[in-house]
Amino acid sequence: MESKTRLIKGLATGIVFGFLLQRGGVTDYNVLVGQLLLEDFTVAKIILTAVVVGMLGVHFLSDRGLVELKPKSGSLRRTIPGSLIFGAGFALLGYCPGTIAGAIGQGSVDALLFGLSGIFVGSFLFAAFYERYDNLIEKNKFKFNTFPELFKINHWLVIVPLSAVIIIFLVWIESIGF
Amino acid sequence: MLDFIFADSWSPYIVGSLIGVLSWFSFIISKKALGTSTTFARGSAKLGAVFFGAEVYDWKYYQKYKPELEWQSMLVIGIVIGSFISAVLSGEFNLSLIPLTDFESILNQNILGRLFSAFVGGIFLGFGARLAGGCTSGHGISGTFQLSIASWISLIGFFVGGAVTAFIIL
Repeated sequence: MESKTRLIKGLATGIVFGFLLQRGGVTDYNVLVGQLLLEDFTVAKIILTAVVVGMLGVHFLSDRGLVELKPKSGSLRRTIPGSLIFGAGFALLGYCPGTIAGAIGQGSVDALLFGLSGIFVGSFLFAAFYERYDNLIEKNKFKFNTFPELFKINHWLVIVPLSAVIIIFLVWIESIGF
Repeated sequence: MLDFIFADSWSPYIVGSLIGVLSWFSFIISKKALGTSTTFARGSAKLGAVFFGAEVYDWKYYQKYKPELEWQSMLVIGIVIGSFISAVLSGEFNLSLIPLTDFESILNQNILGRLFSAFVGGIFLGFGARLAGGCTSGHGISGTFQLSIASWISLIGFFVGGAVTAFIIL
């Protein structure tokens, strides 16, 4: 087991994260489903703002050797079907794994009783599937984990244009009344 | 300031910025990115062991992700607490079994329909997150801002799969 200090760090980070998710409105079924039906853009606004702020900060820190980045890897066979199945579940349940924890905190009993048991069952089914097909699942991983590695360019040449595109998109959805 | 603390909700741009800043501190203090779904995989070993015996702990996936309390599990517990605190402060806490929604459907407005949609949705969500290797926070926020290729594909897949399903069922 990890040290007590690390567990407390995790707990403290989670408390702040949960507070922000709830206060941002994204622990509410209506807001999450509203995003999937393209009627409420709260989720997109929060995610994209967090991406821009997070991206500028962690790359600045990483350039100075203050943090070590850990970009996830994947493969077409895992990432595409996995994300689409996840999306279908997101629409049915109305929460995702982080926001369901927040929904439980604000009193959504359906999230606690039905949703959470479903997530445990789904994760267990994957572990069973992995037990038999781990070789197939782990095959053909991406050779490069990140876009700067793929394009062989400095990461700021991705960060700056990407931030600009996200900000323009956010200004645009505000301007058309979302 | 008091109004801000007790407000029903904060601007999504403030919340998004603060989540971004929280990510910096998470990297600095804990050397970890924000994420949640692995915790449910670890927990699922315990549930599986209840039905299928302790041999499930020997499965390859559970050897990689052991069913133990670690940083991220505590983060998930923290989310429940943090959300509870926020909801109580803003007067938004209420126990509900059926979500209050403008998008009414047989799948969310009666107990059986909600049991079905939440449970089956949960199964898809749990399985999909394990196959994709992350969820809306791990891939959607932390992965995308590290410019991970898999995370950007995942973020798009989450919302394409979600929107198509939502338009079909609601």
